[in-house]
Parts: sequence; C-alpha cells; structure tokens
Amino acid sequence: MALTKPIKSLWEIPREERFVGGHAACQGCGAALVLRHLTKVVGKDAIIVNATGCMEVISTLFPRTAWRNPWLHLAFENAGAAASGVEAALKALQRKGVLDKNRYIKVVAIAGDGGTFDIGLQSLSGMLERGHDVMYVVYDNEAYMNTGIQRSGATPYGAWTTTTPVGKKFRGEWRPKKDIVGIAYAHRIPYIATANPAYPIDMINKFVKAYNTRGPSLVHVLTPCTPGWRIPESKTIEVAKLAVQTGMWVLLEIENGKPKVTVKVRKRKPVREYLKMQGRFRHLTEEDIKKIQEMVDKYVEEINRWVGEEAIGPVEE
Amino acid sequence: MAVVKEKPREEQLPTRRRKIAATGSDAAAYAVRDADVDVVAVYPITPQAPIAENIAQMIADGELDAELIHVESEHSAMSAAVAAAATGARSFTATSSQGLELMHEILYIASGLRQPVVMALATRALSAPINIWNDYADAMAMRDTSWIMIFSENVQEVYDNLVQAFRIAEHPDVLLPVVVTLDGYILSHTTEALEPLDREEVLSFAPKRPRGYRPVLDPDHPVTIGVLGAPNWYQEVKVQQALAMRESRRVIEETGKEFGKRYGREYGFIEPYYMDDAEVAIVTLGATSSLVKAAVNRLREQGVKAGMVKIRVFRPFPAEELAKVLENVNALGVLDRAVSFGGALEGPLAMEVLSTLAVRGITKPFISFIHGLGGRDIFVKDVVEMYQKLLEAAKSGKSVTRTLFYGVRSRRGHII
Repeated sequence: MALTKPIKSLWEIPREERFVGGHAACQGCGAALVLRHLTKVVGKDAIIVNATGCMEVISTLFPRTAWRNPWLHLAFENAGAAASGVEAALKALQRKGVLDKNRYIKVVAIAGDGGTFDIGLQSLSGMLERGHDVMYVVYDNEAYMNTGIQRSGATPYGAWTTTTPVGKKFRGEWRPKKDIVGIAYAHRIPYIATANPAYPIDMINKFVKAYNTRGPSLVHVLTPCTPGWRIPESKTIEVAKLAVQTGMWVLLEIENGKPKVTVKVRKRKPVREYLKMQGRFRHLTEEDIKKIQEMVDKYVEEINRWVGEEAIGPVEE
Repeated sequence: MAVVKEKPREEQLPTRRRKIAATGSDAAAYAVRDADVDVVAVYPITPQAPIAENIAQMIADGELDAELIHVESEHSAMSAAVAAAATGARSFTATSSQGLELMHEILYIASGLRQPVVMALATRALSAPINIWNDYADAMAMRDTSWIMIFSENVQEVYDNLVQAFRIAEHPDVLLPVVVTLDGYILSHTTEALEPLDREEVLSFAPKRPRGYRPVLDPDHPVTIGVLGAPNWYQEVKVQQALAMRESRRVIEETGKEFGKRYGREYGFIEPYYMDDAEVAIVTLGATSSLVKAAVNRLREQGVKAGMVKIRVFRPFPAEELAKVLENVNALGVLDRAVSFGGALEGPLAMEVLSTLAVRGITKPFISFIHGLGGRDIFVKDVVEMYQKLLEAAKSGKSVTRTLFYGVRSRRGHII
C-alpha cells in the first residue's frame, strides 16, 4: 500500500522494506537511504524506472536484486523516455481491458544528477512537457560518483572533483550549480519539490504529494556521497542538515506554480560550517569561502523574493 | 498521359480480396493498425514521416486504439518503445538514417533485454553530406545489433513483412526485436496496389499472447529488468541471445509458410529469380531486386543465363539457403548500396555472401559491386554491365579482388 497521507512523526513511516538490504552501496550512502524511504512511500503498486548510475549498479548485480518492485533500467540518458513508455503502456493496456482499470499503478523514475541535469535533460524535458503521469526523483550527489567523482552540471562552485582538480592554475569547479528546479518550473508541471534526507518527514511528505499528483512531478533530493564529498560514513545526515541550515540547500515546494519554503530557517549558519566538514572543499581560501557566502546570500534573497516572505533568515555569526 | 480503356472487372482480380492503392508508408501504418499495436513512439524524419503521420491520423480517427508518444528524439523513441514492450504492450516505432543512428545505443538494449519491439525502417543514406534519399547504409549499420532484419521489395511486402514481424518477435522461442525495411521514397512514397488483410485475420495470424507468457513489469510478479551483468554472467546472456537468433530461423520459416497457406503469398529467407539454370547471378536486397530482375529479363531475352537472388531476411543471415542456390553458378556478384569503408571488400553484403560460401568450401569467381548511394539512380543498363563483367569473370575464372563502384561521375568512365 502506498502512503497517500502526509505523516507527522517518524513512527508513521511504513515498516515494510521494498528496497532491501544486501545491496552494494557504500556505508553512509545518502542516495540508498532516500530510495529506501521512497519505496516505502510508493508501496507495491509502483513500477520503477532507473537511469544508469550508482543506484542501478549497487542494487542489481545479477543474479541478485534489491528491488521488491518491478524495476526497469535501459540506459543513462533515457529515464524520462523509458518512464514515458511504461506509463503509456499502462494507459493503453488499462484502456483495452488487459489491466485492471481501477488499479492505480504509479510510474517512478529515479536518476542521479548526471542522468538528469546533463545527459538525461532532453529526455526529462520531453517527459515533463508531454505531461506523463510519472514521479521523477533525482538523487543529487553533485558529481558523477559512479564513474569516480567527475564533475557534473550539478557540481557546486569550488568543489574538487577528479575532472575539476585542485592545481596551481585552477582550484576546483569554477562554475555555479545548474538550476534544475528552475528548468522543471519552466515546464509548468503540477508538482516540484526539493528534499533532504536530514529532514525525513518533510522528504516523505513530498514523496507523498508527488505520488498523489496526477501528471509529472519532480523531487530533487540532496544525497551526500561519502567518498565523493570526502566525509566520514557517519556524517551523511549531519552534512545534509548543514546544507539546509546554511541556506546552501533550500527545502522548497512548488505546487501548481506556487512556490513555498517548507522548512524555514530563521537564522542561517555561515557556509563555512558546511564547507569545512567536506574534503572536497578543503582547498578553499578565505576569499573563496567569502565568495560562496555571497553566492548563497544572493540565492537566499532570490528565494525569499520568489516565495514572498523571509523564509530563510540572515546569517548568524 | 495513360488512358484507362477498360475498368478491370471484379472477377478478373486474382483473389476476391479488396485491392487498394497505397504507398509503403500507408502499408506500414495499415499493418500497425491491423496488428492492434498498443504503444507507438515516433519522432519524424524524412522519409519515414508519412508513417508517423498516418498512424497519428488513424488514432485521431479512432481507427487505432494506441498511445502515441510524441517523443523528443529517436533515442527516446526507441527507449519508450522498449519500455512499453517491457510493460507488456505491443509496441512499434519507425525511423530512417540519422534517426536510426541516434537510436543505436538502445537497439542493442532492445535485443539484449529480449523485448519484441517492431520497427519500420525507411532506408536512407547517412550523413555527411546530408542526404535524404535511398541506400542501405543505415540498415547495414544495425546488422550486429541482434535485430531480426527483413527487407521488403514492394509495398505489399512492407505490409506482409510487418504483420509477420509481430508474430516472429513475440514468439516465446524468439523474443527479439524485428525491423522491416522499406526503401526510402522508392517504397515509402510510391503508390502501388496493396491487398491488406482484415484486422481479424491479422490478429488471428499474429495474436496477442496472454499477459505473463514472458516476464513483464507487473507489481504482482515483480521482476528486475536491465541488471548489471558482470564477467561471470554476461557471456551466458549474449550466447543465449545468439542462440535465440539461430532459433528464430525456424519461426521465421514457419511464419512465412503459414502466411502463404493462409493468404497465398509465401515468404522464404531468399527469393531466387531464374536461378535453376543461371550461369551468372547477382545477390541483392530490397527494392533494388526489382531493378536487377529487369536486367535479368533483358539478358534472358538475349539468351544469357542470368539469375538473381533477393535476400529477404538479412538477419539471421540465410547462409544455407544461399549456398544451395548459388552452388552451380559460374560467377557471382553482389550489389551493395552501402559502403563498409576500408573493409576487405567494401560491400557489406558482399563480405557476408563470400564468407557464407568460403566456409562451405564453395569458391566462385566473385565481384563486389556498389551502386546507388544516396539515391543515385541505378539504370538497368548498369546492372546489365555488371552481368557482362560477371560473364567475363566466369570465362577467365578470376575474381575481381577489389570492390567496383558503378555509376560514378568520372572522366575515366563510370566504374571506379
């Protein structure tokens, strides 16, 4: 059974495991944690379409599988198109009486930041624009972690990756992160949200809303990657939480075009606290950190203006 | 202008079936309609576009109950078609040339996951230079993708081959995708007489099998499709796929025979033309066969014992059938409309035919011809010239060791 009503406490999270143990994810993997909760929400009657990436590789090494749901993986750049195909097939088969018309089966697409922001963007855009009834979850670990921490369009300013290394001339990524929520918003889809595993109730309730949406929805989840971010296995949630507390990651929801901040932050922590925890930002100078602080200040200002209130407050030193 | 003097009377028609005027694109769309396809994912490209348009019109008119996915690229067209098949739907797509090249990655995935997608390919040259006219470069480039490949010679065959394609692809002993070609413009846009079947006939010939006869995405029976195959398993999967391709021969043969029994048009792997006593023969594909047949007719009138072999099923390759029919010729040529640049011979079909014979210990004076690239007209006289070259080879007993390009604009004559 899918979880169709919002929850108020952790005790209400369904006990049933549908993304089961024994898979090969790293200890402290943020994405695996997110998938575990996602499958708890969507329940049995959901078909999962997975792009190539960490989560596909760790969960389906033949002859084993971590999935109790029907699950399909075709390639890296086509989760949107494959999900469209599954949804169209369900529609046709239900209309023709092959499948039960009254049984709702949700199509859930899962892809990483590479499979969404970069190589899968066209396929995602087509899926959103055509209005398929698909819930698309992007787990964003901010680089191509599966192939060994290469820079993606989701890699934030200043981050070290193996293709934006720290050298004498260049010091990490020099471009800001792509705004995937803005891109989804431009498609005028009914439901878009950002989520974070450090705020599980907020995250689960967003999955519930995406599940209840009829039409395309997109949930963008920040998923810390312990080897890629250079953090200890025990710090996944702590880092994820700091992303929200510093304003680097704002928990948003855009329902039928109306934006809202779901977890307000009255007083922000300085970005330094978030950056200092992670090896990928170790090389940053005071000047770099100052620049990132200014970027975040500007981003927070934009968000506040967009939602029409001071949802994210000033930095408290 | 031709004047029709007398309208043909009903009883003069060979069967009581209704005959209509149709292009190859119409025929493809009728086959999709009559097979009651569930999901169509198409992206328009010249010269495939009329197939997409016809299907869209049929859906708009309520003649076909299918989901049409207006995908944003051919890559997504193939992805959606494979995913729909994995969900248990009968799924179809169509493309040409560059579109097929964009699909390429997913062509392997369709067959690797054993999804019975059916595709129509309006054959067209590959860029660069960009060219929208007919040759077989696109089709030849997918020869190793583990798709069953059936070439059509005329509009009727486009329809008949597609109807058979659904039955072959979905057969539990096969479960491989099938592509049916129609020569770009030559068939896709040319009107001929077509004898379509009734929808009930098509659905009884290529019935939709009960859900669950193959693993599909179903919450009551969850399966994981598209796993990671490490070195300890990958090879077994690929060998199974190769065996399925071999096994498909039996099903293709059965299907072609059964089609003949029911509807009077029997189909085999190859179609020999004047091969019983042929001394020289040319092997070719698709609508180009009609042209070669015309050349054979002309030569036969002159008393030359010419023959030709049309390859209908290119994958799996009809090696046995071909070896048998070519055993007694004195010299043999292959007419390709694609180039395998830098190959041992540059004609891809030529290499295939030659290895078929060589491995069976049959050696014949052999010439590989290439003509008709990017829609370059092949004239009957050009093919007659090829036969003359073969007669010389038969006399001397010598093969030509390199591929000959015909119909080239050159000061040194049209053969390079």
